[in-house]
Formats: sequence, structure tokens, C-alpha cells
Amino acid sequence: MLKDITLGQYFPGTSPLHRMDPRSKLLILILYIVTIFVVKGLFPYLICVLALITAVIISTIPPKMVLRSLRPILIIVLFTGLLNLFYTPGVELFHLWIFKITREGIATAAAMALRIILLVASTSLLTYTTSPMSLTDALENLLGPLKKIKAPVHEFAMMMSIALRFIPTLIEETNKIMSAQKARGADFESGNIFSRAKALVPVLVPLFVSAFRRAEELATAMECRLYHGGEGRTRLHSLHYGRVDLIAAILAVAVCGGAIALHILL
Amino acid sequence: MAIIETKDLTFRYEDADSDALCGVTLSIEEGSFTAILGHNGSGKSTFAKHLNAILLPSGGKVYVGGVDTADESRLFDVRKTAGMVFQNPDNQIVATVVEEDVAFACENMGLPQEEIRKRVDECLAAVGMSEYARHAPHLLSGGQKQRVAIAGVLAMRPRCIVMDEPTAMLDPSGRAEVIRAVQQLNRETGMTVILITHHMEEAALADRVIVMKQGKVALDGTPKQVFSQVDRLRELSLAAPQTVQLVHALDPAGTVLSPEALSVEECVGQLMKYLEA
Ligand SMILES: Nc1ncnc2c1ncn2[C@@H]1O[C@H](COP(=O)(O)OP(=O)(O)OP(=O)(O)O)[C@@H](O)[C@H]1O
Ligand SMILES: [Mg+2]
Repeated sequence: MLKDITLGQYFPGTSPLHRMDPRSKLLILILYIVTIFVVKGLFPYLICVLALITAVIISTIPPKMVLRSLRPILIIVLFTGLLNLFYTPGVELFHLWIFKITREGIATAAAMALRIILLVASTSLLTYTTSPMSLTDALENLLGPLKKIKAPVHEFAMMMSIALRFIPTLIEETNKIMSAQKARGADFESGNIFSRAKALVPVLVPLFVSAFRRAEELATAMECRLYHGGEGRTRLHSLHYGRVDLIAAILAVAVCGGAIALHILL
Repeated sequence: MAIIETKDLTFRYEDADSDALCGVTLSIEEGSFTAILGHNGSGKSTFAKHLNAILLPSGGKVYVGGVDTADESRLFDVRKTAGMVFQNPDNQIVATVVEEDVAFACENMGLPQEEIRKRVDECLAAVGMSEYARHAPHLLSGGQKQRVAIAGVLAMRPRCIVMDEPTAMLDPSGRAEVIRAVQQLNRETGMTVILITHHMEEAALADRVIVMKQGKVALDGTPKQVFSQVDRLRELSLAAPQTVQLVHALDPAGTVLSPEALSVEECVGQLMKYLEA
């Protein structure tokens, strides 16, 4: 279960997607997400799906990894799909006991499922091809104007990047604790949802204790390496908007604009 | 010249009822390799944290590169002079790419980009991790992670590097990797090294060994001088290296044999002498 969490994992590489400015990736992602939630209809969706598939191919990230990012959200997809399937009013196709299935229901359910899948897959593609550090740099840079109203933008970005950095460490630790508890006879797999949740308490307590200890040690180590907030900080990799970004921006606007145009016209 | 000097250093943790350090007066020569040994709770980590102004003395003084660590306005000078490496490599790596982590200190110093690049490449080469520059730290072995952490400290160009049990969480091969890198730094670049350890074989590689007990310096000398005092070490709950123990067991009074046998070769030499006698 835990090994499926691919959030925030980064696969270093040299593809055009890797080389793009994280700011432009972030903005394109936002444009893409807005598009998939605005459009409706077979052709616009087809464009969105094809665009994502092309991006995955260009990124050289194994498609298997993108699919794996979908595994944890399978339940959510099923749940929203079913909800939409049964509760959308419209032309009735057939009905089972108290459930009736409508044509509109099928369409909405499929659209909703597709939207969530595209949302998660495209977001994972971003984190797979962008190191968390440059991602938070991009956030810090894009939110920069908020610093004027004294919003703690740098601190927020730093917190995010550290959280992302510690995901694999904490997952590894959780697995270790779970194995240790299993060896003492703990049972995480059987029983109803309440007894399973209760079985997790002896895992969470040591996990929290260790997370606090780690936080303290990390803070000390960061201070020893002269960290003193965002003021006067320079970067190894500064953000650089280049040719790839321009091309990507044009393509993104064309694809998303095309999908929206089709949606309006059809 | 001494790079680190402590004068009658005393320290008590806020909620503690006895001193963790009581009157430590030491001076560490620039370019030397010093090992600090001691039983659990003897105050080694507390001492190390004073060299980097993580803790400030309750009494006495600590001078790092001539600067009083209690002088808040010189805090960064102190930390730039004496870099600190901790036990758990996982809890000191900040970034998700090796080279970005090594760059962290330089970024905080506000160095220009080309300078950061130069230092990152240099420091990764110094610990033999150049080929891993673009790797994710959580996929490295313990020894590799710890070498990355060392590179991250070296990037500040410190004159002295203080390591608090850097090998405690590593397997034997990781330990050997780290110690080799540290030794090389000391020999080739003249970096002052202070190594806190529980491993006698590591301490035997140093120029000077300091043994602490209950917040005081109990023994101080070259590895030979310190390790040959088998009985005294036992009082301090430490075991001498096995080679020394063997020679000591054969000739406890030290009439024929000298217990200063730290390496296997020296031990063999002493055994030959014993057989002849
Ligand atoms: N944060 C703290 N608060 C209160 N007392 C502490 C704290 N940290 C350490 N001590 C106490 O100070 C004394 C010295 O501890 P220190 O950590 O320096 O020992 P050490 O030689 O590094 O031991 P070890 O070999 O276990 O790392 C011990 O008695 C310890 O209990
Ligand atoms: Mg300690």
C-alpha cells in the first residue's frame, strides 16, 4: 500500500520536460487542469488525453510509473464515478432496485473519472520531471509579489520542499515500524475498518515521536549550514525561461485553446 | 596554532541537576586529527555542540578561529570555521538531489552561482561522490549519504570539521568509506578533524585521542599513549584495541613487551619478541 505513494518522487533526466523552467511547467499544468474541468464532450477529452500521452512520451518517464501514481486514487475514482452514475437525473436506461441508471449518468460518471485520472496523472508527471527544490523555487518565485504584503512565501516554499524530501524517509520508517509490530503479532490486514484503524495507533505514535526528533535534528543541521531564512539566499540553479519554455507555452495554449474551442463549437 | 580553544568550559542543560561539562580546557591544533572517546553520557556531543555555537557555555569560554562563540554578531564566522557533521545522515540532508544539498550552505551564504557550482563540484570530488551529483539522496547507501553530508559541510570551506559519531549508523563498509574520506581530507588538504566515535580502530588513526568521563577530560595523548593504558581504559568503561589487549594479557607488567601495539603488524612484532623471550 505505502509503496504505491509516488507523490513527490522525482526521476532525474535530461528530456525537454526535465529542462523546462518549473514556473512554466506549473503554469501549463494549471492551464491544463482548468481545461479538463471546463470542457465536455468526446473530442475535447480526446485532445486532452492525447496531449498528456505525448507529454509522457517526451518526458521519457516509464508510462508504468504514471499509471502507478493512479493506484492510490482508484477508490476515489470509483466512488465519484458510481455516485455520478446513480444520482444524475435524465433519460432512464434501465433500473435496478432503487438505483436507476441514466444516459446522462453514464456520461457524467465517465467524464468525472477521466478528469480525476488526468488531474492526478498530469500532476504526477510534473513532480516526476521536476525536482522538489526547483518546484518550490517556482512557487516562491510565482508567489513572490505576496511577499510585499508580508506573506511568508519563502518559509512556505521551504516547508513544502522539506515535506517532499521526507516523504520517502518517513514511508521507509513506517514500513519498518509496521514490520516490527507485525513481528510482535500486530494484525493490520483483518477486521473491520475500525479495528484496522485502531491497529495503526501503535504505528503512528512511534512515527510521530521520530518525526519530531528528525525535525529537531534537521533544524540544527540547517542552522549549522548557515540557514537564516530566505533573505540574501542565492541558488545553484536559478530559474531560466528558455526556448523550450516558449515552444511549450505555444503548444499548451494551442492544445488547451483548441479543446476549449471545440467544446464551445460542438 | 590552535584553531579551537576552550577555557574551563562548563555547561549544564536547563532541566538537569548536574553539569554535563565541568571545566574542560583543551586546545586543538590547526591541521590535526583528534578523536574523542568516552562512555555514553560522558559529554562528547555536548562538547561538540559548543564548537559550533549550537550550545553556549554556562561558564568558561570557547574560541573558534580566535572568535568567542558567545559573540552573537560573529555566529556565522564561527559556523563557517567549524563545520559539523551529525550521526544520522537522513536528518541532515535537506534537498532531494545530491548536488542541491551540497549547495545548501553556499546558497545560504549568498554566493554567486558560478562560485556555488565550483564548490559543489570540488566538494563532491573531495568525498568521491562526483558521479552521484544528480542522484536522489534517499536511494544512496548510508556511507554515501554520510559522504554527501560531509561534502555539504565542506562547501562552506571550513577550517575544521567536527563529526559526532558519523559512522554510528553505518555498516562496516560504509564506515570504512567515510573514515577513508575523512583521513584523506586531513592529509591532503590539512583540514582539522575532530572525530567523536565509539570505535577504537577509528580513534587509532588519529594524531591525538581524548577520552572524556563525566564531563571532564580523563585521558589525553597520542593513540599509543592512551591505548597502552589498558587498566585505566577499563576503569573508564572502554576497551583497548584487541591487539593491545592481547599484548597486555601476555605481559601485564610490560617488562618485555611494549603495549603500544596498535596495528596488526606491530602486534605481530611484539608476539615474535615474546616467543623469542
Ligand atoms: N537535551 C538535553 N537535556 C538535558 N540533559 C541532556 C541533554 N542532552 C544530553 N544531556 C545529558 O548530558 C550528559 C552528556 O550527554 P552527551 O549527549 O553529551 O553524551 P555523549 O558523550 O555524547 O553520549 P553518547 O555516547 O551516548 O552520544 C548526559 O548525562 C545526558 O543525559
Ligand atoms: Mg553523543
